[in-house]
Amino acid sequence: MEYVAAAALGFLGGMLGGLVGVGGGVLFVPALVIFLDQTQVGAESTSLLAIVFVAALGAYRQYGYGNVRVRDGLVLGGFGLVGVIGGVAISNAVSGRTLELMFAALALVIAAQLVRRALRPGGANPPKARAPGRP
Amino acid sequence: MPRDRLLKLLLIGTAGGLFSGLFGVGGGTIIVPLLIFWLAYGEREATGTSLAAIVIIGAYGAVAQALYGNVNPGDAAVVGIPALAGVVAGAAVQQRIPERLVALLFAALLVATAAQFIF
Repeated sequence: MEYVAAAALGFLGGMLGGLVGVGGGVLFVPALVIFLDQTQVGAESTSLLAIVFVAALGAYRQYGYGNVRVRDGLVLGGFGLVGVIGGVAISNAVSGRTLELMFAALALVIAAQLVRRALRPGGANPPKARAPGRP
Repeated sequence: MPRDRLLKLLLIGTAGGLFSGLFGVGGGTIIVPLLIFWLAYGEREATGTSLAAIVIIGAYGAVAQALYGNVNPGDAAVVGIPALAGVVAGAAVQQRIPERLVALLFAALLVATAAQFIF
């Protein structure tokens, strides 16, 4: 039963990945902790492995829909290494609670901006910003 | 590539990586909105390009954690294999909904993530 619940959360995490462009870790981590009895570190690590494959298939499908700027994606991924190293160092130096609250505040600010932008007249984007080949 | 644009990509990539290293996720939560706000990406393009970057950023963390013996491939398959079906379905649905709905779904995800961190 635990496996079914974990698999269901996995499916939803993947769905989220396809819909909004994240890896799905936000659901994989709790699925692994709650249903498969992993520690937080084990869950985050195991989730990263799943994310790589899910993101690869997602990126491939999105590429087929004309939604991937390949060179930008490679540049982002390349520079990401600096951030990953910095992030691991910081997470070992600062209290986890402080980090969580800082991120929560940042997420709420970004959410408010996205909503304000999506609700303004004329839509989220002018037509020229859309990828070619779609109606 | 113009220097201004390269600098923004550098900052976004670093921020995504930072987030990944801090919280053990892929970094899409940061990458998607920054591509939209700073580089005038459409929502769909931002999500597609974010996934491409996550493949690389996630791989750094997965390899590093595997060296420490923290990765459980069997459990990764339990959540990951259904997720493969999910991501194909999610991407297909995304092509059929308005971009502003994609933005609102993303905002909802951010609020849920913030709540998860606070409580």
